[in-house]
Amino acid sequence: MTEPGTPLVNLKNISISFGGIKAVDDVSVDLYPGEVVGLLGHNGAGKSTLIKCLSGAYKADSGEIFINGDKVIINNPRDARDQNIETIYQTLALADNLDAASNLFLGRELISPSGFLDESRMEAETRKIMARLNPNFQKFNEPVSALSGGQRQSVAIARAVYFDAKILIMDEPTAALGPQESEMVSELIKQLKKQGLGIFLIEHDIHNVMKLCDRASVMKNGLLVGTELIGDVTEDDILSMIILGKNPKAKI
Amino acid sequence: MNDNPTSENQRGLIARFLKDTEIDTRLLGMIGALALIWTGFHFYGVIFNNFGAFLTPRNLWNLSVQTSSIGIMATGMVLVIVTRNIDLSVGSMIGVIAMAMGLLQVEILPQFVGIGHWSIWIMAVVVGLIFGTLIGALHGWLIAYRGIPAFIVTLGGLMVWRGMAFLSAGGRTISPVDGVFALLGGGPYGAIGAMGSWAVGVAACLGVAYTIYAGRKARIKHNFYLRPMWAEALLAIVGWLTIIGAVLLVNSYPWPKGIVRQYGTRIGQDLEGTFISHGFAIPVLILVAVGILMTILVTRTRFGRYVFAIGGNPEAAALAGINTKWVTMKVFALMGMLTAVAAVIASARLNSATNALGTLDELYVIAAAVIGGTSLAGGVGKIYGAILGALVMQSLQSGMVLIGFDSAIQRIVVGVVLVLAVYLDILYNKRVK
Ligand SMILES: Nc1ncnc2c1ncn2[C@@H]1O[C@H](COP(=O)(O)OP(=O)(O)O)[C@@H](O)[C@H]1O
Ligand SMILES: [Mg+2]
Repeated sequence: MTEPGTPLVNLKNISISFGGIKAVDDVSVDLYPGEVVGLLGHNGAGKSTLIKCLSGAYKADSGEIFINGDKVIINNPRDARDQNIETIYQTLALADNLDAASNLFLGRELISPSGFLDESRMEAETRKIMARLNPNFQKFNEPVSALSGGQRQSVAIARAVYFDAKILIMDEPTAALGPQESEMVSELIKQLKKQGLGIFLIEHDIHNVMKLCDRASVMKNGLLVGTELIGDVTEDDILSMIILGKNPKAKI
Repeated sequence: MNDNPTSENQRGLIARFLKDTEIDTRLLGMIGALALIWTGFHFYGVIFNNFGAFLTPRNLWNLSVQTSSIGIMATGMVLVIVTRNIDLSVGSMIGVIAMAMGLLQVEILPQFVGIGHWSIWIMAVVVGLIFGTLIGALHGWLIAYRGIPAFIVTLGGLMVWRGMAFLSAGGRTISPVDGVFALLGGGPYGAIGAMGSWAVGVAACLGVAYTIYAGRKARIKHNFYLRPMWAEALLAIVGWLTIIGAVLLVNSYPWPKGIVRQYGTRIGQDLEGTFISHGFAIPVLILVAVGILMTILVTRTRFGRYVFAIGGNPEAAALAGINTKWVTMKVFALMGMLTAVAAVIASARLNSATNALGTLDELYVIAAAVIGGTSLAGGVGKIYGAILGALVMQSLQSGMVLIGFDSAIQRIVVGVVLVLAVYLDILYNKRVK
């Protein structure tokens, strides 16, 4: 469902290297509203590094970022948030010593009229969103280090979803989850997509990719192998792109 | 909630008590340790010296004054250690800041405004606070923006500022300090008396009541779990009794006869034999004020939240858009300012500025913070813990002086206690997990 018109996000010719290793090498991908684009590839292919250039965690060595057709400069996570970009990092990026509400609002705390942190409102809001995302979640007053992998993941997801993102980046959001929780994340993705968000989804499970994504961009060794409409390819096509690093549909 | 208490075993009861009152077990542990130290020294005196000198108004009042300057710095050290840093320079900073304030009020300012001018102590304190903040900010800048480890920057600071303290007056002792300035260090005149102490006590009781009331109201508003009414009442009563007990204690320590006579002469009355209470010492009130402000800063402001987030996971803090370098620099600047407050108290108490003032304080300050539950791994620490930690350290110290241990043994004991306290903490945390 790649519509013509301006993409929500257009990453153009992004390159970034670490100490001589090209982690991302001249990669271009785009994303339309209401679309889920899967980013696939082996470990170390450069997927996380690529999306970190969009989320403001890294600054690309070269390349351009367009949001709704306008060129933007993203120097830090704050700039990304200002563009309504929210990110669920592979590492979750939670402060383990703080509770769920503190993590959810980290960097964007609610302030009461007296100028102090509005702890109770933040907790109440956290309870609301968690009731939607993970109804079993109860540990609101404990540091997130005391939570299970799945619970931590749901805190990270809640943080990305709460702030009305237009662009959502999900780096292996189901990695720590059991089948039931994974299913809930899949449902959430469908729901957000319906609301018109654009989602970059880094995901290893090929079935989930086929089920959730509209397009898939495959990377290998920092290079973009190709981008295909999910409707046009089979699981095997995608797997061979990931493994061989060649696009089977490309004319030789 | 109608289970029969007798059917519960002891541990279940205690656990429920702690859960209902939401009392921190660490707080109980520290109070227990203090009780042990205090009674231990007292009865050691009773048994071996035929006189228990520890649990007397005089000793406890002095203890409170001695705890002030270390306690104030320890609250800042909590933030430094929470952000996974350390500050070894605070003792030397005390020296150089005290020298600066001493020179200012004794040798420099009198040339401009005249000896004994009312504004001298204010200017000295303000300049001292600014000076301390700037030194701390310099440390913080080198650490956060230049990437030099805090250990190295502040180890350098430890030597540089001590050297500067000496050079600033060629090793001379500067005294006596301004008369009003000296009150900030305590002493009979540097205390607020019986009426003042009751006023402070009543205000504190109202503060406790309001805090509990406001907390309950916020929980009701958001439908959160409420403490049972008996627990709220118990907390209020324990708080009030503690405050009233403290007031009674400081009010039962009279001025020495000589001071009463001197004061009588000054106001032209015969006060011979009058009982004049010390009341709370001014440095203790400063410590309490600092403790309250720092607690608010840590628990109720963005800055405090960011400090803890950085300590828990610096990367996550940065990804959340927090300017981690700027926060780190501010933490050190704050440490510098609190050190300046401590320098005011230390030099006022001594009624002079010497270049050796504050020597080894960094170790006591770090020990106080750590004993008070601040984790060197970062991300964990409590302001009240650090103040209680300072009180524990000072209790040990002055207790050993009272029973006549020499300073070599004092150091051995303090060192052993520090290691032991941290070890117990590690064991405790393992068990909780
Ligand atoms: N901060 C960094 N410093 C050095 N190398 C990095 C850094 N981040 C990523 N890399 C390297 O970049 C490459 C791509 O990593 P990454 O983007 O995490 O891959 P993926 O997410 O596709 O598994 C890897 O070789 C990795 O070692
Ligand atoms: Mg990755």
